[in-house]
Amino acid sequence: MSAWKKHEIFEKNSLILTIGIVVMVSIGGLVEIVPLYYLKSTIEKTEGMRPYTPLELAGRNIYVREGCYTCHSQQIRPLRDELERYGMYSLAAESMYDRPFQWGSKRTGPDLARVGGKYSDEWQRDHLINPRSVSPTSIMPGYPFLAENKLNTRDIQDHLELNAMYGVPYTEDQIKYARADLIAQADPERGDIDGFEERYPGALARSFDGDPSQITEMDALIAYLQMLGTLVDFELYDNNANLR
Amino acid sequence: MSERRARYLSLEEGGFALLLAATAFLCLIIAGKTFDQVLAFHASLISLAAAVGTFFIFRRYFDGDTMPIPQEVDGKPNYNMAPVEFAAWASVFWGIAGFLVGLIIALQLAYPALNLDLPWTHFGRMRPLHTSAVIFAFGGNVLLATSMYVVQRTCRARMPGRILPWFVVLGYNLFIVVAGTGYLLGVTHGKEYAEPEWYADYLLTVVWVFYLLLFLGTLWKRKEPHIYVANWFYLAFIVTIAVLHVFNNMALPISMYSSKSYIVWAGVQDAMVQWWYGHNAVGFFLTAGFLAIMYYFIPKRADRPVYSYRLSIVHFWALIFIYIWAGPHHLHYTSLPQWASTLGMTFSIILWMPSWGGMINGLMTLSGAWDKLRTDPVLRMMVVSVAFYGMSTFEGPVMSIRAVNSLSHYTDWTIGHVHAGALGWVGYISFGALYCLIPWLYNKKDVYSLRLVDWHFWVSTLGIVLYICAMWVSGIMQGLMWRAYDSLGFLEYSFIETVDAMHPFYVMRALGGGLFLLGALIMVYNLYMTARHGESAEAVAAQPDGRLAAAE
Repeated sequence: MSAWKKHEIFEKNSLILTIGIVVMVSIGGLVEIVPLYYLKSTIEKTEGMRPYTPLELAGRNIYVREGCYTCHSQQIRPLRDELERYGMYSLAAESMYDRPFQWGSKRTGPDLARVGGKYSDEWQRDHLINPRSVSPTSIMPGYPFLAENKLNTRDIQDHLELNAMYGVPYTEDQIKYARADLIAQADPERGDIDGFEERYPGALARSFDGDPSQITEMDALIAYLQMLGTLVDFELYDNNANLR
Repeated sequence: MSERRARYLSLEEGGFALLLAATAFLCLIIAGKTFDQVLAFHASLISLAAAVGTFFIFRRYFDGDTMPIPQEVDGKPNYNMAPVEFAAWASVFWGIAGFLVGLIIALQLAYPALNLDLPWTHFGRMRPLHTSAVIFAFGGNVLLATSMYVVQRTCRARMPGRILPWFVVLGYNLFIVVAGTGYLLGVTHGKEYAEPEWYADYLLTVVWVFYLLLFLGTLWKRKEPHIYVANWFYLAFIVTIAVLHVFNNMALPISMYSSKSYIVWAGVQDAMVQWWYGHNAVGFFLTAGFLAIMYYFIPKRADRPVYSYRLSIVHFWALIFIYIWAGPHHLHYTSLPQWASTLGMTFSIILWMPSWGGMINGLMTLSGAWDKLRTDPVLRMMVVSVAFYGMSTFEGPVMSIRAVNSLSHYTDWTIGHVHAGALGWVGYISFGALYCLIPWLYNKKDVYSLRLVDWHFWVSTLGIVLYICAMWVSGIMQGLMWRAYDSLGFLEYSFIETVDAMHPFYVMRALGGGLFLLGALIMVYNLYMTARHGESAEAVAAQPDGRLAAAE
């Protein structure tokens, strides 16, 4: 009996064929994915990393909603030109609270992993409303509606709760005061800014869109953009800590 | 026939009626209680669809039309081709829609004013609409139509169930409507090619499980001892897509009444799961499924057996085993550990072999029938499609090499590569299959006009060549500009200068896409005329049976 004849068992039994397929396609995925939950370099804790504030998280969700990832990456590769153009290469720890990850796959526009603090709030606002007002040949769409849309804050607590359930280290107070913290960060005059600063030390708090009369989606998105890549202090980061 | 018919609701009908009624009820509650307008809209839509489905099941029951469907008519299998017909026309419709959106977003990149600065028309929301429309709506319906046709023919058995095939076809298209309108209204997972939100994902999961049952159920009813090679590929596609879909979309909503969900995986793990999914959406949706089409439609059209049975076996197992490893080549130089991306790269290069094995098996099927390429533009389209498959499965491994990837990644080169595969391979093999399928389904001798197929072929080929050449040039140029240094050791170009340099190529690409769309419109006319006015096939001669002999 030739070896080819033995293949008949798959050709005559649909269930054996199905099982064969499942076995063959499982191996690669398991080998590549499972170790990422054990290796030090992919689960390291890094000084400075904190969960997103409620306002930043809301801003991040707007970033996702508008599909910014279709043109902007958030992942700086350790290549000379990228380090000079964008800054220190991205660490796994820097996206440890990112659900979903937004590393992107295309740079129709520049990388945004460390865009925080590179431009003023006013520049970000003008650029988002009409990119060509600050960068005449830009091909980015304008998002004027973000400055008009009131930010939905009704269910922000649910967002934090679900993230906490997944293991994001939000404290009980951070969840309890999620809505208050969101207001305080976008409008320090009105909100409980002391409480916010105690719960999120070092986070920026101001009216990001320059219009304190209401909290808009623009406030949230700029708050998110302004903190991107600023959490880890690379003066202190030891990039040899994981070498063995 | 007896006058008294037993009125009964079969187990299948009762089961589906119950499932649909429960879905309608649940969705109605969600629609009523949610503050989320998009969710309310989608829940109402699903509820309405489920209620209409329940109504039709019961209407048939009360009409008394409950005779069991004969499995054979005049000694021949009584194939169930109505759902195939529906999926075939749905694929034509979604194809045109998807190509059109593609053309719009291509123009938006050249002329940003076309974004209109409205929430539901800008590039960020339209791009997922384009990718999903062409991959899942167009490609998915082609796969549904051809798989249901091929599995019935090669098993010489009718698909099981009265409701099941319709549930799969209509449920899948409902999923597409929910997902697509969701993107425009700002409801998205934010993971490439897996953008539908949690409730759309649940809907697809249910439909997909029934699709698997339908396919296996037809295999179980087969009159042929062997399962034909095309069906191995269809089965691998259905099973693996189920696994990929479930794991990559493992998300919980913040509440039952919100469209927003968060994925279980985060950061680097999410990236790995995403590209394990993403690359295998290519591997199993856009490759395995369409290879099944190749293994049925090319031999059928060329009237030759598949070149090599043994090569089919090697091709099949090697392809599905190796493809699944290739994902991390999308993550070179990222925070993913280097061993993982190296593994992905290694397997990507090995993958070249089974890919070309499949290409050879498809092309060599024409041995003894090469002359048909001159006279039959449908066959030519399918053969050129396999040639494009060979080209893009060579380009892919090259781009997965770390050094090449450092240049090509994040640039238009990737977009060009994807479109060589998507327009050339997936597009052409689908068009070829539709040009075969529509005459068969309507019992016509051939397509209405072979001359128009010729026009379609040349117009779209010109479009594809323009498209991929424009993207090669712009991609490689942008990659080189990003890393260019001046004589003083500074970066030579600011980012915006590299964007400006892309403009002529974006115009050229849009032109190429426009030609491709024009070609597809010629096809729509041709297929419509085939169904309406095509020359009828002589009753018996056309297709004695659907069997295909494999060569030893």
